[in-house]
Amino acid sequence: MTIDLKTVKHISKLSRISLEEKKAEKLADDMNSIFEFIEKLNELKTENVEPLTSIAETTLRFRDDKITSDNIREKILKNSPEKNDDFFVVPKVVE
Amino acid sequence: MTEITSLSLFELIKNIKEKKISSNEAAKSFVDRSEKSKKLNTYVTENFENCLKLSKEFDNKPNFDLKLPGIPIAVKDLFCTNEVRTTAGSNILNNFVPSYESTVTQNIWNEGGILLGKLNCDEFAMGSSNETSFFGNVQNPIAKNLVPGGSSGGSSSALAANLTPVTIGTDTGGSIRQPASFTGTVGLKPTYGSCSRYGIVAFASSLDQAGPMSKDVKDSSILLEVISSFDKKDSTSIDFKRNNYSSELTRNIKGIKIGIPKEYRVDGMPGEIENLWKKGIEYAKDCGAEIIDISLPHTSYALPTYYIVAPAEASSNLARYDGVKYGLRSSGESLIHMYEKTRSEGFGEEVKRRIMIGTYVLSSGYYDAYYLKAQKVRQLIKKDFDDAYNKVDAILTPSTPSSAFKIGEKSNDPVSMYLNDIFTVPVNLAGLPGISIPAGRDKNNYPLGLQIIGKPFDEQTVLNIAYSMEEKINYKNNITDWWME
Repeated sequence: MTIDLKTVKHISKLSRISLEEKKAEKLADDMNSIFEFIEKLNELKTENVEPLTSIAETTLRFRDDKITSDNIREKILKNSPEKNDDFFVVPKVVE
Repeated sequence: MTEITSLSLFELIKNIKEKKISSNEAAKSFVDRSEKSKKLNTYVTENFENCLKLSKEFDNKPNFDLKLPGIPIAVKDLFCTNEVRTTAGSNILNNFVPSYESTVTQNIWNEGGILLGKLNCDEFAMGSSNETSFFGNVQNPIAKNLVPGGSSGGSSSALAANLTPVTIGTDTGGSIRQPASFTGTVGLKPTYGSCSRYGIVAFASSLDQAGPMSKDVKDSSILLEVISSFDKKDSTSIDFKRNNYSSELTRNIKGIKIGIPKEYRVDGMPGEIENLWKKGIEYAKDCGAEIIDISLPHTSYALPTYYIVAPAEASSNLARYDGVKYGLRSSGESLIHMYEKTRSEGFGEEVKRRIMIGTYVLSSGYYDAYYLKAQKVRQLIKKDFDDAYNKVDAILTPSTPSSAFKIGEKSNDPVSMYLNDIFTVPVNLAGLPGISIPAGRDKNNYPLGLQIIGKPFDEQTVLNIAYSMEEKINYKNNITDWWME
């Protein structure tokens, strides 16, 4: 299997990472050599193997649905690159 | 008297408790030495002034019952520290100042530790040489232009150069053990679930673990005792009975069964690594251990499995960096354009590569062929260890397939870089504890490490074997301070 330029561009779109043409070619090469290495897994028959989804053999704990922090609005907004008063600001989404 | 900075953590604590050294004297020594060691590029953010201030406060009101009484400690810049910049080695978090503290670092401050600064690392902990950091390469104090390993490369370098008495790193595929091996220091990755992941910048959540890095095994046992805790804030934290690792530490390992897995004898492994391993087996026998040949048949599938699972989880974890809530933002005409530009400018090449791989293996039509397949093989790898542990108590292997390499030597070939982690990755996939201890040198006089892998939650046996072998190996660091200004 080879990953072509078209696929790389599609994945970059899905990843929300813009990509220059020149870099896309290098990335396609890198990804192909990595996938060649990954293909080794196809040597193994795994039809009857259960996937390992969590190494901690416990079911995830649920916490009580209670508020545990005080008013932390300012702390949350503090690191935002653009904000006004109580909101994050983003480029216009709806015309 | 020996210089303060070359004392072990254990000795430093003893001297502080006996009031022979004050916390402020210790802080001054480490700050001075760090100031003179900028060429190593270990620090991303210094906390020197605050450290000196807090050490004085400690001396004015000392509490010698604490486990780390007034001890200055620098930590990997992957741990969120309240009001102190945390970058994860990335441009995208260049200006990020957390308003909360990771559980592991909080545990250290609760026991009297004082933050010296934040240490360089590969970007988002993705790398084996510290060369992917936005903040530049780190020098290995062993020799000029040598990588310190990665991703905890700033940590291993600062520790080996005596800029901090101990440190903490994180290990997703070998990021504590491999840099420890490259710098002649000790690095322990605990069992998955023993140290909280809360407040650690996430890379691959089913693999990430924090752990101690130190000059000797005893120091790692002291630090592990402080950082390992059950934490409700991490949903995969495990509530098990933790040992008093340092007081239960013993060199008596008579009758302990140590397995030697034949599959770790990989093609092209240098003779010196093979010899180191053979010597390690002799040391273990001298310590009273029983050596048993074992098989871990799926070993060669561990790296391909890792390079599906880790990027998949990373692509999902790193989706949060969108230029809206925190971190870098690039300007764009539309929301989507802003996302794409921010992420393109904020992430480095290796991180982009892994996000792309992860996105691909999770994308429609490929999930079963890659991600599900990898999870199934991960089950087989874990079963290999389960079977082996019916016969043995621990496993002995080399830590890495080579010693430290030159800066730039492998940075253009991702696959050859990935092969660095061939002996450490299976341990993360199976969630086991593993330690790397310095065990010898190669022809260039660069350090080589041996790895001891234990049963889940059995850090104590891992530490005891390491403690016992350490005495027999008697490794001495021979660092010359070549970088000092």
